[in-house]
Amino acid sequence: MSNNTLSSGTATITEGAKHLADDHSDGMSYLETTRSRLVTLWLPLGLITFVLLFPFYWMALTAIKPDHQLLDFETYNPLWTWEPTFKHIHKLLFESNYPRWLWNTMYVAFAATFLSLMASVFSAYAIVRLRFRGAQTMGALIFLAYLVPPSILFIPLSTVIVAYGLFDSPLALILTYPTILIPFCTWLLMGYFKTIPYELEECALIDGATRWQILIKIILPLAVPGLISASIFALTLCWNEFIYALTFISSVPNKTVPVAVVNEFVDGDIFRWGSLMAGALVGSLPLVILYSFFVEYYVSAMTGAVKE
Amino acid sequence: MTATASLQRVSAPPPDLSTWERLKSNRDWLGFWFMLPTAAILILFLAYPLGKGVWMSLTDVKIGRAGQFIGLENYHELIVYDKTFRNSTLFTIAYTAVASAFKFAIGLYLALLLNNNMRFKSFVRSIILIPFIVPTVLSAIAFWWIFDSQFSIISWSLKKAGLLSENINFLGDPFMAQATVIFCNIWRGIPFVAITLLAGLQTVSPSLYEAATLDGATRWQIFRHITYPLLTPIIAVVMTFSVLFTFTDFQLIWAMTRGGPVNATHLMATYSYQKGILGGQLGEGAAIATAMVPFLLAAIMVSWFGLQQRKWQQGAKE
Repeated sequence: MSNNTLSSGTATITEGAKHLADDHSDGMSYLETTRSRLVTLWLPLGLITFVLLFPFYWMALTAIKPDHQLLDFETYNPLWTWEPTFKHIHKLLFESNYPRWLWNTMYVAFAATFLSLMASVFSAYAIVRLRFRGAQTMGALIFLAYLVPPSILFIPLSTVIVAYGLFDSPLALILTYPTILIPFCTWLLMGYFKTIPYELEECALIDGATRWQILIKIILPLAVPGLISASIFALTLCWNEFIYALTFISSVPNKTVPVAVVNEFVDGDIFRWGSLMAGALVGSLPLVILYSFFVEYYVSAMTGAVKE
Repeated sequence: MTATASLQRVSAPPPDLSTWERLKSNRDWLGFWFMLPTAAILILFLAYPLGKGVWMSLTDVKIGRAGQFIGLENYHELIVYDKTFRNSTLFTIAYTAVASAFKFAIGLYLALLLNNNMRFKSFVRSIILIPFIVPTVLSAIAFWWIFDSQFSIISWSLKKAGLLSENINFLGDPFMAQATVIFCNIWRGIPFVAITLLAGLQTVSPSLYEAATLDGATRWQIFRHITYPLLTPIIAVVMTFSVLFTFTDFQLIWAMTRGGPVNATHLMATYSYQKGILGGQLGEGAAIATAMVPFLLAAIMVSWFGLQQRKWQQGAKE
């Protein structure tokens, strides 16, 4: 097993996966007793899961606690409430700009994802299958673009945005998010396109199909899982993006949820925690719901992009 | 090979085609058209700003005022006179080193746990990823509340358990604040490391473990000589990304402390935002951002080549 390059490492992994699929044994789990499994497996797993999930419990609980229980840990047990209230969430949805911010976030996320997916489909197909002069270099350059983080770009980019007249418009985000998404989507889709057999394309070429027709009628239908993975992952990345939204958007109604929650909810009110947590909860829920429907696609996007 | 040849023969245009036909069917031109949208966006919004950032760091440009070329003055100013810059650089390095080490250790441990044969495996895997799905800022705000100086649930629990008599001042004390934000970064990064490493682990054939057990290998020997070597390529990639994103982190700090108390938790990214955007000193802000590049390159080199080389040595030994 001497893998000298990453690509051969990937090859080994796929072989391993095939091998694993053929292997129906239970491994060595029969060697372990129930009691030792409890200590070596379930206890640490439970502990880590508890730490990973507790903040969300606390967030949700605070969001539905009535004000008088929020800060009073002595009279009421802080870890539970018998008087849940939707006051904070109601206030958020009907007496603040929150629906507008939620709409902005979704609009920007969907538009940027769509744009990036379009561009990535073309570039990934060209790099993998057209094999034009310099295709390899292009692939490497796009990978390098993946490694350029937004936090070293936002200052010069803000002057560029102002110069293009995009400042404080959703378009500024829709056009800049693809710089994060395209490299990722292109690499993911390249992996998917590589698995589609050449023979299909050759047949189509012989039948007189153009490259465009091949892409639309043969490649894309076969790459649907890849497209779903890429778009789910891209959506969560957009939703999560903060620094560009913070820098390029200045007026309150145009903000996205993450920026608005940080900047607009932080007043001196000691009971602000209820509405803050409600804002965080409502901002996360759509993503978590989306994710719960597409877990497998999401995981394959995450691991696929790393393996390539 | 034959497939390639026949493809080329089919798509090579006969000589009497019009220019338009050639533009449509020539391989290189077709490649150009297909790459155009991606290239346009990446050049306009990534490559150009990257270059412009380096240029801006050499000028004294401010918000609303064009800058003059001043050479390396910004860097000189930052390194010699700006204590906050030096501290933020040191803290960024410490933040990245400590957080990455813990993320790797706990992430790998969690991946090994999840690789066991057990019930509810896919369910556990999907809930473990939730911290990675929820936008960082929103979970950072939850942490801000968890680590509140007066109403922290952690302080309350410890006091209830009789381990503590005073509230812990999590985000008010410089050192505690640094430890707290590092903890939150680790919390947020573990799922990514664990799930990607798990994907790597699942490709290691169980028969290798069985063979090693028959030969009398201990658990540690199995991990050290089978799992770890087979996993190195994935570890290299995962840790490179993890280091990269930790070093350039911005939102976690901005949501929880904004660099405070007394600038103790400023990362280079947050400090460059404070100087460049809030302070209006675009040139200096760009200089701080540009100063991150060498560190980033070094970090990528270390995690990439360090692990690659180890793998190579192991390969050579066999």
